[in-house]
Amino acid sequence: MKFFVNPSKFNEMADYLFRPLLILSIILFAIGLLFSFYLSPDDYQQGSTVRIMYVHVPSAWLALLTYAIMTLYSILALAFRIPFGFIFNTAVAPIGAVFTLICIISGSLWGKPMWGTWWVWDARLTSVAILFIIYLIIIFMNLSFENRIVREKVVAIFILVGSVNLPIVKFSVDWWNTLHQPATISKLSKPSIDPSMMTPLIIMTFAFIMIGVAIAILRIKTEIISRKSYLS
Amino acid sequence: MSLRFQRLLFILLTLVIILSAVLLILYNTRENVSYFYTPSEIDKSDIIINKIIRIGGFIENNSFNKISSSSFKFKITDEKASILVTFKGILPDLFREGQGAVIEGAFIDKNIFNATNVFAKHDENYMPASIKEDLKDTGYWNKKYK
Repeated sequence: MKFFVNPSKFNEMADYLFRPLLILSIILFAIGLLFSFYLSPDDYQQGSTVRIMYVHVPSAWLALLTYAIMTLYSILALAFRIPFGFIFNTAVAPIGAVFTLICIISGSLWGKPMWGTWWVWDARLTSVAILFIIYLIIIFMNLSFENRIVREKVVAIFILVGSVNLPIVKFSVDWWNTLHQPATISKLSKPSIDPSMMTPLIIMTFAFIMIGVAIAILRIKTEIISRKSYLS
Repeated sequence: MSLRFQRLLFILLTLVIILSAVLLILYNTRENVSYFYTPSEIDKSDIIINKIIRIGGFIENNSFNKISSSSFKFKITDEKASILVTFKGILPDLFREGQGAVIEGAFIDKNIFNATNVFAKHDENYMPASIKEDLKDTGYWNKKYK
């Protein structure tokens, strides 16, 4: 498990994993998109618009998951003085931002035909917009500060403070009246989605995870190299 | 107590304090955070005429009336109270009786709400169209899904 915290161990593991991950993600995307577009049924009231969900939901999950992992690495980096946490946070923040953006754009494309509006300021949509802004602030903070030691600590603390937003995003639909529907899939109850629609959703989720990890590996390796050569 | 454990404790404690502060703020402003009121939350004696608010609920069965091609009259309900709504404009695709909706507008008098915007609310149920037909054929169609 050393490769989670040790840059050189991570490099070894990354070289080993990168190609299989990339191939696997391409295969999963091919199957997942085939399922999403052709092999899954129309919804009883949304019709074909339901297919937007197969992109929207995985990207939303991963936007949250990426931030949760960044929070863990911030704690590791600050409490246990593991510099790999700082490397990880710098490298991965833009990936989370892109997932959040995909989630917002696909959600708006779904909202226009279904709700009758692109955007409303309800609790769920607003908290996701805040998540996106937090990601942007992290990216810009990583580009500022002359002193790297100061910068990475400030960024890690900011990530910890911003993690307060995560439960708010997750539970916003339960705590307040929102236009956004509550969660379909939760651990406590049987999902209120048909298996024929669950299949493409699960495949697409894994495809998103694989491509996310593959890009993360590339970015983390780049970050390690640039630190070794004193570029950042 | 080792130094790293102290740091970990300090971080976790800080997170808990920040989280509870934010949750307290949100809890005490929940009326403003909520996107809409439900019909039963609206106190009839407390209605402010022409103040823009949002109401969310279901379109009451057999209440929908088409006055002209772009002007409609319906009742929105949460099964405890219902409110008469008038609306001029285009209704979203999902809008029908029994369907959830959020309306934005203002009371023009104590009993009539004039909507300027109507949003259809989608629930968390996803089901293939063919299964709906099967359920109807076998008589198991659950009204809740309508």
